[in-house]
Amino acid sequence: MSFFSFAWNWLKQPAQWHGSGGIPVRILEQLGYTALALLVAALIAVPLGILIGHTGRGALAVVNVANAWRAIPTLGLLVLLTIWLGFNVLAWLVPLVVLGIPPILVNVYEGVAGVDPELRDAARGMGMTPWQQVRKVEVPVAMPLIVLGLRTGAIFVVATATIAAYIGLGGLGRYIIDGLAVSNYGEVAGGALFVVLLALAVQALFIGVRRVAVPKGLRQQGRAS
Amino acid sequence: MDWSAVPRLIWENAYLGIVPALIGLVIALPLGIACARWKWLYPPVLSATSVLYALPSLALFIVLIPYTGLTDTTVVIPLTLFSLCVLVPNVVDGMRSVPEEVRQAATAMGFGTVRRLVQVELPIAVPIVIAGLRVAMVSSISLASVGQLIGVSSLGYLIVDGYQRDFPEEIYVGGGLIIALALVCDLLLVLLRRVLTPWQPRRSREEILGVGVAAPPTTMVVAG
Repeated sequence: MSFFSFAWNWLKQPAQWHGSGGIPVRILEQLGYTALALLVAALIAVPLGILIGHTGRGALAVVNVANAWRAIPTLGLLVLLTIWLGFNVLAWLVPLVVLGIPPILVNVYEGVAGVDPELRDAARGMGMTPWQQVRKVEVPVAMPLIVLGLRTGAIFVVATATIAAYIGLGGLGRYIIDGLAVSNYGEVAGGALFVVLLALAVQALFIGVRRVAVPKGLRQQGRAS
Repeated sequence: MDWSAVPRLIWENAYLGIVPALIGLVIALPLGIACARWKWLYPPVLSATSVLYALPSLALFIVLIPYTGLTDTTVVIPLTLFSLCVLVPNVVDGMRSVPEEVRQAATAMGFGTVRRLVQVELPIAVPIVIAGLRVAMVSSISLASVGQLIGVSSLGYLIVDGYQRDFPEEIYVGGGLIIALALVCDLLLVLLRRVLTPWQPRRSREEILGVGVAAPPTTMVVAG
């Protein structure tokens, strides 16, 4: 049998669609964890990235963090925090946020630091205060990379949230971990299918966000090049 | 805890990390060169790789189980795809980093397309390609441990076993060895780059920290 027939046989059972362990609830849980972790990561990484990109201070540290972060084993981080703290909100939220921050930080930093110096000069020459320069010039110009950073952060958060089912978190990863534990491949496949669909939906969402958030002038520039 | 299994686990983890990065490179080189040559090809390839890259590794492992079973291949294929997603943009950027004058000079010296590619363009692209290979290899080494959840052995075993026995030292060792393995492979790639591009200035401190001539990490996932 193929992956899809396993998944289909599982998800067509009405029982999968009801109750606290049903598919709609698991999808909402996964979206909730992802949104919360991404929000916390963005609240830390976006202002920090803008600050570092604007002042140029701490740039080397940002690049190093971004490189070192890939080596962190997700599973190890999740498991370790659970052993230290017991299973609670921090045990899963901290790893999700920690893994979500670097891609956002690096892209926001690169976006703001990469703003054409002539644009900066022009903004200053027009008498803008530093805050106005950031808000009216640097952030809009950096917007494609800021959105890209949030999107990449979301990719890592969704993936980590799935793995976090191993330490007891709800969401779609539950089906994968619980199904594996009892060798019910149909359940595992159904869970994986929804994880894939959710990841694709999150990507589609960010492509939409990019359309809305990137200023018109930049969009046309992108098309021409 | 039987620590005698540790060398085998290191080897397995190294295999699951290095093989996908290398297969990814073998596929990404021709694909990236083609994308650099025929510009229309790049946007669809880039969209495809950025979609692929968004899929969680655990879900991809599971999709493959009916076809490749609980074997190394089930872990190697998704990690190869991720490596490919990281490497293609870097190969394209590397090829684009060849100055037009250099290309013209090679042509004027009578180099044909293939010889120009092998002797001029690829060597110039090496630093950016290796920057991508470093990202691909470090990520694969770290992600390989997730394969432990479907029973494919790696240093992830120490993490899972340590968790089940409530034995933090084993998790420290497992996590520490994964990071150490990733750093060693990263360092080897830096050295490889120096050997392949002796004309590049040596900035050892920056390079080992991961700065060097590396393309910005943003190139790994591209908007589209």
